[in-house]
Amino acid sequence: MSKLVEGLYYSKSHEWVKLLGDDVALIGITDFAQSELGDVVFVDLPEAGDTISQEEEFGAVESVKAASDLIAPVSGEILEVNEELVGEPELLNKNPYDNWLLKVKLENNDELGSLLSSDQYADFIK
Amino acid sequence: MFKYFPHTKADIDAMLKSLNISSIDELFKDVPESVIFNSDYDVPSYMSESELRTHFAELSKKNQELTLFSGLGLYDHYQPAVIDALTSREEFMTSYTPYQPEISQGTLQYIFEYQSMIQTLTGLEVSNASMYDGATATAEACFMACAVTRRNKVLLSSTLNPNTINVIKTYLKYKELDWDFIVEKDGVVDIEDLKNKLNKDIAGVIVQKPNIYGIVENYEGFSELIKANKSLFVVNADISTLGVLKSPKEEGADIACGDCQSLGMPVAFGGPTLGYLATQKEYVRKMPGRICGYTHDLEGKRAFVLTLQAREQHIRRSKANSNICSNQSLMALFATIYLSTMGKNGLKQVNNLSYQGAHYLYEKLVATGKFFDPFQKPFLKEFTLKTSIAKETLQTALLENGIFGGVGLDIFGERYEGLINFSVTEKRTKAEIDNLVKIVEGLS
Amino acid sequence: MINYNKMIFELSNPGRIGYSLPRERFPEYNIGQIETQYLRKDELLLPEVSELDVLRHFTNISNKNFGVENGFYPLGSCTMKYNPKINEEMAGLKAFRNLHPLQPASTTQGALEVYYNLQQYLSEISGLHEFSLNPYAGAHGELVGLMVIKAYHEDRGDFKRKKIIIPDSAHGTNPASTTVCGMEAVEIVSNERGRVDLESLKAVLSDEIAGMMLTNPNTLGIFENDICEITKLVHEAGGLMYYDGANLNALLGKVRPGDMGFDVMHINLHKTFSTPHGGGGPGSGPVGVTEELAKYLPNPKIKKHEDYYYVENSKDALGQISSYFGNYLVALRAYTYIRTLGKENLRLVGPYATLNANYISNALKTAYELPIAGYCMHEVVFNGLINKETEVKTLDIAKRLLDFGMHAPTIYFPLLFPQSIMIEPTETESKETIDDFINVMHKIAIEAKEQPEILKQAPTTTPIRRTDEVFAAKMMIFSYKDYLEYINNRG
Repeated sequence: MSKLVEGLYYSKSHEWVKLLGDDVALIGITDFAQSELGDVVFVDLPEAGDTISQEEEFGAVESVKAASDLIAPVSGEILEVNEELVGEPELLNKNPYDNWLLKVKLENNDELGSLLSSDQYADFIK
Repeated sequence: MFKYFPHTKADIDAMLKSLNISSIDELFKDVPESVIFNSDYDVPSYMSESELRTHFAELSKKNQELTLFSGLGLYDHYQPAVIDALTSREEFMTSYTPYQPEISQGTLQYIFEYQSMIQTLTGLEVSNASMYDGATATAEACFMACAVTRRNKVLLSSTLNPNTINVIKTYLKYKELDWDFIVEKDGVVDIEDLKNKLNKDIAGVIVQKPNIYGIVENYEGFSELIKANKSLFVVNADISTLGVLKSPKEEGADIACGDCQSLGMPVAFGGPTLGYLATQKEYVRKMPGRICGYTHDLEGKRAFVLTLQAREQHIRRSKANSNICSNQSLMALFATIYLSTMGKNGLKQVNNLSYQGAHYLYEKLVATGKFFDPFQKPFLKEFTLKTSIAKETLQTALLENGIFGGVGLDIFGERYEGLINFSVTEKRTKAEIDNLVKIVEGLS
Repeated sequence: MINYNKMIFELSNPGRIGYSLPRERFPEYNIGQIETQYLRKDELLLPEVSELDVLRHFTNISNKNFGVENGFYPLGSCTMKYNPKINEEMAGLKAFRNLHPLQPASTTQGALEVYYNLQQYLSEISGLHEFSLNPYAGAHGELVGLMVIKAYHEDRGDFKRKKIIIPDSAHGTNPASTTVCGMEAVEIVSNERGRVDLESLKAVLSDEIAGMMLTNPNTLGIFENDICEITKLVHEAGGLMYYDGANLNALLGKVRPGDMGFDVMHINLHKTFSTPHGGGGPGSGPVGVTEELAKYLPNPKIKKHEDYYYVENSKDALGQISSYFGNYLVALRAYTYIRTLGKENLRLVGPYATLNANYISNALKTAYELPIAGYCMHEVVFNGLINKETEVKTLDIAKRLLDFGMHAPTIYFPLLFPQSIMIEPTETESKETIDDFINVMHKIAIEAKEQPEILKQAPTTTPIRRTDEVFAAKMMIFSYKDYLEYINNRG
């Protein structure tokens, strides 16, 4: 059973978004994504200061058998990148919801409306 | 009956019976009648083994093995007898790509040892499991530079081997990437021109040493300039010469590539040879080709396995950095055995003996008064001269004496008009060299 | 023997040598005369071992390998047929292997004759007008074939055609080669019979389509019986048809790709024409084209005038993709193979290969799920066990086969089925060998139900057991130097 967390926004490409403040959010990958990938060995992320655009590729997560593109669920400027994942990419398997990938300043909060709720995402991955 | 088809009539009958059909043709019933090929191929009738041997003996007579005194990328170095003995072992020769590591530790281990040897010769952190040849390896290095820097243009030294240049141009043209040349000055790549041409579009700078003229180029200042421009520095080198020459790492290179034919492989009418590609670990995910890594099995035993496969075509498909699948694995075994046999001292000695022979020939040729050196630069085992002897005369005289040498570089284009190539390896004896000099002394 | 565990570097003893080189002939010269700024300072981490050390080391590690001569090698799409030793003998002839490609043609007529004639034989077998033997491997041939297609369109002034249609069942090199050639892969789905869906194909045809890449039989081992309709549709839309020759073995003696409407193709000499796989190369991927496209084939080209063979570089060529004539000695082996078989036996390759595969298909379909009914060609694809209640996956089945002294088939390809097992016996396997394989596969199916732990733990009799691939990817130990650092840090 794939683990889900209430209160997060989900994308169809298996990323989640957690709103922190007015227009700051964390982005990560879901439990479904990490279990499909298997043991993560590498995470390829952009740098703080870069921008991401909704529905565009911004990096990749690599396991032994697959390399999945990361698709931005929202647009914005990257404030912080989770450096821990460089040395310990397996953290994504351990807890994909605590171990976020990026902290971004949202360009347009309305974009959240196009994402799924946890129920909707649960249906989607059935 | 035929020796490679084990089925007897009884076998076939039994198999057809199990399938409930009366002839093999029924298995092809899905194939449209219009495309079924109903006749024999218009190729010769079969030959028995002894007839084949006779056939090849006749073909052999139409070839002439010459004493090789020119190189231009392929060199007549000594091949230790152990190489053929070991590479012809079926377990190495007929096995498949090592995707099942449990029964491929032989292949995987020699690839790891090969990677280790390329690593130490180039000084860079990681080598892949091999590329097709030096020219395609260099083309792929250009792709790598573009992928890493996200820029679309490379600068190519004018002193690269023209075959390498042509292959790079073809590869870049179809991938819609761009290039420009750094001019040469007195036979070496010109740093002033490099300074002029570096800009934010440049992904990488590719040089070769020893270069097409056999000259060992000096890259002082190159690495700093290139780094400041946030481009990658790519050095193409005959791997054997790295036994004595400054390594790509010491030159400040980011990628090293080239050909390994000098490591115990025959000139083979051009192939198969072996390309190598090495880089720093920070770029490894943009490096094409297979990579072997060290690990252990579930009982803790030492083991080798293909790794980082998520970069490769069978997983990334259209997003892969390269399409390379088969490489030149068995030739990597040639190189590994050669380097194991030669070791660090043997490799140095090979280069030293080649250096000695080349410089002896050079001095003798210049002393005849009919040859002169337009460049006057340091060289190792190969050099370029101009001559007052008519081209036809020189070629005919050498050929009549069974020598392949003094090859005109103009086979690569008009811009090389008048330049001729000589190369000497540890195999060329004093008698052979003196003989060549004697022949040309009498010409005009 | 199989417990031999050393790396060549670990046999090193400073001062020991394994080579013999001539004495110095001209001691007045010395490499030390080059200015030090040109010379290397960094030490070389190369071994210092004796000749016997070298022999023992590589002989011992070879014992941990599995070649075609060890046993059954049913890798789908790889065509692991017998690699004849007479081919090796001919490829070892000094009169060929010691030739420099820049030698005047008058001194290499024998070598050029072999190359030229092989081109001709491949034309005959494929039904395409002209070949280049220069590509070094199948994937390289694909790239060159796509370059021909692009060159053709651009020469006609049509720069819009940048898309290549590829079925979702295709080998990964197809879309990868497309990208390397600066074009875009357009994927279409297969229908429920595992073949190209004509409606999906029609939906993507446009004036942006440069061509389509197809393997036939496809990667499921099934003949695309709509092939004439497919080539017609693509041609009508202005595109060219590319044939991926990986599965050509099924067609030898029965069908020629040119007759099916293909314009460009590559052949894998290391598959169909018996040249050895070498543990991953060197292979050879000759490219064949129609008469109209012949001018685009890469330089250098080998031509013949009356009885004389010569080398030509033409301006119309798409460019150069190899330094010289490709993997020449590999081509020479293929030439030898074709002369050995002759027209009489070449026409039996496809039929026997197909008979073998169908025999296996029929015998195993009671235990393994055959996703597409009907005859297969030279290879058969199963989607794991029929019994879906076990925890046993295709990976476990493959690993267990190793315990029985057989190489595993291709697994997890094509991607269309989650538990793909692709079996290609080739025509050089006897009924006895195939019956043994069938018996083992049935045994494994039973083990899956009754003792699945055996499969999960397999293999147990091979030189090593299953490997830790996560460790390999994370630790990135790619060289002996890395290994020494790892040992040092580990303490």
